[in-house]
Amino acid sequence: MFFSVTQALLDGLLTSFQIFIFTLLFSLPLGLILAFGEISRWKILRGLIQTLVWIIRGTPLMLQLIIIFYGPGLWLGHNIWSGSEAGRITATVVAFSINYACYFSVIFRGGIEGVPVGQREAGEVLGMTKSQIFFKVTLLQMVKRVVPPMSNEIITLVKDTSLARIIAAYELTFAGYSFMKSNGLTWPLFYTGVFYLLFVGILTLLFNYIERRLDYFR
Amino acid sequence: MAVLEVKNIGKHFGSTRVLDDVSFDLEEGNALAIIGSSGSGKTTLLRCLNFLEMPDHGSITVRGETLFDADNPVKGQERDLRTKRLHFGMVFQAFHLFPQYTALENVTLAEKLLAKEQPDFKQKRKQIFEEIEAHGKALLEQMGLAERMDHYPHQLSGGQQQRVAIARALALKPDILCFDEPTSALDPELTGEVLKVIRGLASQRTTMIIVTHEMAFARDVADQIIFMDDGVIVEQGDPRQVIDHPREERTRQFLTKY
Repeated sequence: MFFSVTQALLDGLLTSFQIFIFTLLFSLPLGLILAFGEISRWKILRGLIQTLVWIIRGTPLMLQLIIIFYGPGLWLGHNIWSGSEAGRITATVVAFSINYACYFSVIFRGGIEGVPVGQREAGEVLGMTKSQIFFKVTLLQMVKRVVPPMSNEIITLVKDTSLARIIAAYELTFAGYSFMKSNGLTWPLFYTGVFYLLFVGILTLLFNYIERRLDYFR
Repeated sequence: MAVLEVKNIGKHFGSTRVLDDVSFDLEEGNALAIIGSSGSGKTTLLRCLNFLEMPDHGSITVRGETLFDADNPVKGQERDLRTKRLHFGMVFQAFHLFPQYTALENVTLAEKLLAKEQPDFKQKRKQIFEEIEAHGKALLEQMGLAERMDHYPHQLSGGQQQRVAIARALALKPDILCFDEPTSALDPELTGEVLKVIRGLASQRTTMIIVTHEMAFARDVADQIIFMDDGVIVEQGDPRQVIDHPREERTRQFLTKY
């Protein structure tokens, strides 16, 4: 039994991990783009992005996931996500990427605005171009500022992958839960918890390492 | 011929007039001190010279080349800013060193980035970088920081940081070096070491503009002095004459506070 539970949980973990990795892959750059939009001089763009962030942060991720997965099928008459596991994971990644990009954008904006104006001006008077100032001067200072709040969000993302169960994606929590439902076992639920703890534990070590690496300057 | 000619500079922030009809010349090798109370427009004037602010009126000419003329705008004026800025060096009140770079890297960064634009950079990369490093080290030694080259800004005292900032500004060999209240962010005991460095530069006939509240220093070091109040030049001339025997009532009132 222990072996088959482990097997099932590993299957679930793979799905959770896919959701996690692809969400990060899309939401990080998207978040940065949104952050630049939020500080743009163009008022209409700023307004649009602020509205988007308000809607996405103001409604439950689970609700967004349900709308994105079932909405297109009901509006268009055919499901754009294939009914397979891959389709469910894709829909989850889309919903999560939009959601997390909005949270990340706010963190990135804080990082950008947190770098003193004097840093940019010091670069300007030294004849640096805008991109040199961004890449050589402000970027690393920004990264240093956003690592602690980002680690919070990213750890939350690990556990949010369990929401994919609502559209029947066979992720980690779903895998543990199914043993309770069919066999009346509760220990797989705790065992599932151990998987999450290990996942988050590794991430925590990684973030600690990054913070230490950036510790050489203030 | 004057190395710098500033004519009729005017600047508004919204409806607030910050600079009005500011004109002065600076001769090669001379030091100009600008004094005046906070909010008199001294810092804005320096920021206009470094194109951190754009003047609304007037012109700025360096060695006969008009860098900026508000009444006669040249196409692409904004785009050429980068090269125009290089005529001026700027030392900020709050240093603004790059925290993630060592003292030496702070000094050499801009020069290395500029070197990449040279046509023969790829072939001579190593040699060019060695020269830049040597130049940076020499500057830091001149600032009395030979032992501190590999320190990061947060490991340095305020006075040391400001001296690194001076070396950084000198690295690009500007025609005119500008100081914006270089000692105002320092404890009194650290002020001296920075003033000493600036004094040394003056004795080497570095062309400088120094916005300062250190009257005795301005009187000693400067060849020319400008007193500003409310965005206009109230009085300018020989520092001893202006500080010891001001002609204008406003100058006198200001100086009694010191």
